[in-house]
Amino acid sequence: MDTDLSSQDRKDLDKFIKFFALKTVQVIVQARLGEKICTRSSSSPTGSDWFNLAIKDIPEVTHEAKKALAGQLPAVGRSMCVEISLKTSEGDSMELEIWCLEMNEKCDKEIKVSYTVYNRLSLLLKSLLAITRVTPAYRLSRKQGHEYVILYRIYFGEVQLSGLGEGFQTVRVGTVGTPVGTITLSCAYRINLAFMSTRTTAEDNAAVYPSVEDSQEVCTTSFSTSPPSQCVFTVTQAHFQTPLPVVTDTLKVPMMGLGFSHQLSSSRLSYQPAALGVGSADMGYPVVFAGGLNAAHPHQLIVPGKEGGVPLVPSQPPHAAQADQERMAMCTPLDGAHYSAATPSSSEDTETVSNSSEAKSGSPHDILETIFVRKVGAFVNKPINQVTMANLDIPFAMFSPKNIELEDNDPMVNPPDSPETESPLLGSLHSEGSSGNSTGNTHDDFVMVDFKPAFSKDDILPMDLGTFYREFQNPPQLSSLSIDIGAQSMAEDLDSLPEKLAVHEKNVKEFDAFVETLQ
Amino acid sequence: MNCRSEVLEVSVEGRQIEEAMLAVLHTILLHRSTGKFHYKKEGTYSIGTVGTQDVDCDFIDFTYVRVSSEELDRALRKAVGEFKDALRNSGGDGMGQISLEFYQKKKSRWPFSDECIPWEVWTVRVNVVSLANEQERQICREKVGEKLCEKVINIVEVMNRHEYLPKMPTQSEVDNVFDTGLKDVQPYLYKISYQITDSLGTSVTTTMRRLIKDTLAL
Repeated sequence: MDTDLSSQDRKDLDKFIKFFALKTVQVIVQARLGEKICTRSSSSPTGSDWFNLAIKDIPEVTHEAKKALAGQLPAVGRSMCVEISLKTSEGDSMELEIWCLEMNEKCDKEIKVSYTVYNRLSLLLKSLLAITRVTPAYRLSRKQGHEYVILYRIYFGEVQLSGLGEGFQTVRVGTVGTPVGTITLSCAYRINLAFMSTRTTAEDNAAVYPSVEDSQEVCTTSFSTSPPSQCVFTVTQAHFQTPLPVVTDTLKVPMMGLGFSHQLSSSRLSYQPAALGVGSADMGYPVVFAGGLNAAHPHQLIVPGKEGGVPLVPSQPPHAAQADQERMAMCTPLDGAHYSAATPSSSEDTETVSNSSEAKSGSPHDILETIFVRKVGAFVNKPINQVTMANLDIPFAMFSPKNIELEDNDPMVNPPDSPETESPLLGSLHSEGSSGNSTGNTHDDFVMVDFKPAFSKDDILPMDLGTFYREFQNPPQLSSLSIDIGAQSMAEDLDSLPEKLAVHEKNVKEFDAFVETLQ
Repeated sequence: MNCRSEVLEVSVEGRQIEEAMLAVLHTILLHRSTGKFHYKKEGTYSIGTVGTQDVDCDFIDFTYVRVSSEELDRALRKAVGEFKDALRNSGGDGMGQISLEFYQKKKSRWPFSDECIPWEVWTVRVNVVSLANEQERQICREKVGEKLCEKVINIVEVMNRHEYLPKMPTQSEVDNVFDTGLKDVQPYLYKISYQITDSLGTSVTTTMRRLIKDTLAL
């Protein structure tokens, strides 16, 4: 097969395929960063832009890709795959897409390597740019930050599509025939976005994340451009099991290269005082986000270490099928080496509330819970009362006189430190009826979603449109609708009935005449 | 050679016309543009770099990628703007189509003018709907976004067939194949035209010549 190809052509082809693979990974990962990408055209060729396209190279992404490839090239049976997954602040994760760069045996001997193949690879990259904005995960990735982040993983070998759920769809980005085979680029993406709890267990992650003590810090957050909020979570079930698990010095450190997401992340990380978590006293790092249930197992936000550019790789990736597989979270590196924990951003950021964990009491995986950040309204009393009333299975319970009940039990009512707002979902969902909610813990079953009223600015100000809306969403009922008054007027009506009847009987003839005129 | 022709259809609300058309046209031109050619003495040439950028639509839940060229963007916006105005003013049931045609010039001897031979034509048929309330508009935002995703996949599929493309020209021929008037990218020669269908079904043709350079003068 290779005899027809000159050695120079062969070398060129191998180089093209290698750089094509690296650029493919860059395009895919950059498309899931959650930001708009913009690069400039340049009429004078710089010589360093592969395929005549301005695609930035994020160093750690390149590094990851090279590591996955380990000097090999995609070949028959050996595909390069980029897996995009979503991880919520509660620790649930879900694979969203698998992008596969494959090679099959169908060769095109006639094609010119240095010219046609190169141009077609360039065209394929352009197609990839277009297609990456079109799959469902793109919109998800643009909205990441509050409740979830997007992670990527590169592996080389057999394509594994089982994590995509049933009915996943495939879109083919394109193919390029070469003298050694046909390169195919495609994406399989999940359709069924119903969440399955796939929280990682302690065993899986024990080796993945570093111990607190170690001075190496890893940020497992992902790039996100959403408004200030805290970043993700977690990790560390290490504390749950054994005091201080060994650090894997192979964990990734967020790289300085991610310049554009640096600043964003540092302002978004909020700091929780160590008092929140038991066992945090011995931690050298700020403890962020203690989940309520597991106050004993605070989650730490690992912070970038000083070694800029030194990537760490988890030694035991979750899918242990291939030796080359790695799990890597896209990190938003913080400025410099230190995570300055006391970011005052908590004033505007959400606060962690422990009530979320109540909903998860059924989960066996206590360990890996993340922060459940919930914004709690400053004027939380009114809505809650209405909520609790609705929980009773009395029709029109909403209209019965208010009682202040269950206030103490409701964690949401505990006044937060900063004025924050409650998700309107809570109020509206509960007021819609109590069907299915008989526990009284209904507020815990719902996922908090940020309420962003149209045309309103971000919820940086203490009182803005969103707050206003939330506050007045459940106004107190009108007094005229209360049962007492209703009952009174009913009684009056009943009393006056006999008199009215007598009057009407006198005027029977008039009424009859009137009726006849109508006919 | 035969000119290949592709037709795409979209139904949009009035204020979505421009963005939908730009999304489609830019996606096509992304694939049909290269970097600027710089010919060297030996007859070889080097190619400049094409940058790209994401564009979020305001009225559609959709983001598309276009080449980073303000000139090209302006040209397309102008064409699409005229199309939109014509569509709005036609008064009819709001149907029209916009065509993006890639052509090659074939020089003829004097006194004949150069021939324009199309090799690929993309036609986007637009049906404008009017919506009654905000809820419908919200649904329309999402639906049109999904439709445009499908269109992008269709476009990419066609591009991927690697069918006829003009041969890379020599320096003297480059203007017959590419539009070399832009300073940062070099799309294949193209022209945009549109047609509005009025309510009677007859078409009122309005053709627009190339917006960047008019090189048809003798």
